[in-house]
Amino acid sequence: MNKKLGKQSVTFENMLTIASAASVVGNKEGEGPLGARFDEVHEDAMLGKDSWEQAEAEFLKKALEKATEKARLTQSDIEYVVAGDLMNQSTSSSFVLRDMPLPFFGIFGACSAFGEGLGLGSMIVDGGFAKHVLIGAASHFCAAEKQFRFPLELGGQRPLTSTWTVTGAGAAVLSLGGGGPYVRGVTTGKIIDMGIKDMNNMGAAMAPAAADTLEAHFREFGRTPDYYDVIATGDLGYVGKELVVKLMAEHGYDMSKNYTDCGIEIYDRDSQDTHSGGSGCACSATTFAALYYPRLVSGEIKRMLIIPTGALANQMTSQQGETIPGIAHAVAIEGP
Amino acid sequence: MNNSEQDKVRFQQMVKEASPNSHLLADCAKAFVVGGAICVIGQFITNSFMSGGFAKTDASMYTSIILIFTAVLLTGIGVYDNLGKFAGAGSIVPITGFANAVAAPAVEFKREGYVLGVGAKMFIVAGPVIVYGVATSIVCGAIYYLVR
Repeated sequence: MNKKLGKQSVTFENMLTIASAASVVGNKEGEGPLGARFDEVHEDAMLGKDSWEQAEAEFLKKALEKATEKARLTQSDIEYVVAGDLMNQSTSSSFVLRDMPLPFFGIFGACSAFGEGLGLGSMIVDGGFAKHVLIGAASHFCAAEKQFRFPLELGGQRPLTSTWTVTGAGAAVLSLGGGGPYVRGVTTGKIIDMGIKDMNNMGAAMAPAAADTLEAHFREFGRTPDYYDVIATGDLGYVGKELVVKLMAEHGYDMSKNYTDCGIEIYDRDSQDTHSGGSGCACSATTFAALYYPRLVSGEIKRMLIIPTGALANQMTSQQGETIPGIAHAVAIEGP
Repeated sequence: MNNSEQDKVRFQQMVKEASPNSHLLADCAKAFVVGGAICVIGQFITNSFMSGGFAKTDASMYTSIILIFTAVLLTGIGVYDNLGKFAGAGSIVPITGFANAVAAPAVEFKREGYVLGVGAKMFIVAGPVIVYGVATSIVCGAIYYLVR
């Protein structure tokens, strides 16, 4: 069987079940609209550690453990871990794996890590290389501000186009066989750079990548947006979502009915002062685990397309005046 | 998607239309009120010292010390960033904003140690102001010396 569809997409021979999805978040996320749906909400953004960076790793550790437990597995059943985060050199993921003696693929796709992980994990399982693969993605508001922007206590105003990095981590176990929900296809994104330089408008930097992947997905699978009950991009926020709807309309796709963005779902922008919405690796990972996964299990959502999006820049490239390349990976999931 | 230069320009135009602008008038009003209030407080402190018999230069120096101390304290207890979020330039431009710009990185980078963290990173925000402030004052001083 030819599993490749067109240039960017793959389908799977086997039924690949997402056996569990777990979300562990900070206080602000807990106060948001999805508050009661997260597996764990922690008041202390430090999680008892003594740096933001260690806290990001701790969130990831908790989410990986929670997902394993929810899939009724133990650490020894997991054959590969595929994880990514927002720290320089993805240290959060590698630091967590110090205490987990498991084969590990550390990935970097900025905030698209969860999609990249689901895609690669699905290929590993479908390829017959593992029965259970653990996927994780983490980010931390305070660690991201420190690394990419300004010290937390600096008094200034954030532009209205800026997004708020989600503090937390999401994880999922991909298993061969099982009762669903199933990963049925993956469209791997290309780097798209439309010349946006503003690090405070990441939604705009990533929107063309999301639209490009969506267009490739629909074309290569021969589908239209209405095939899915829900289409959710990762962390484009209000600005990016509006741009995706416009760009897709130019390609003849109507995204106005069933399309949302995880960055819009996770916070209430009016009461939480999050401006354009949520962002970060944990944005799509925790929103998927808390909001969509249970609905896929219950059958409320039959088919969904999740497209985690990443802005691939660092503070140095941005200071050197480089534009921000974007990427987006689409994962098609169907209920049992 | 075809990324020609023309498409990029067109997309950037789309981004401009989709991106909300800050509320300029309201922001200016808030900056005026808060910035003005900080200056009034400063003047009040100066006048108090002067009525207590201090010379004007001494009174100004003590005023600066008090304002800087207060801003650093408010930064340390996590209040100044909220003031900054509300007032914008109103709390950035006065001397208290400068104190905040030095104290905030000092707090943030304490974890990296007192040499490579606090010491090295303390001026990442205020550094350019000092560098170009000193450079400008040298130029101004030279001009003053020549035309005096």
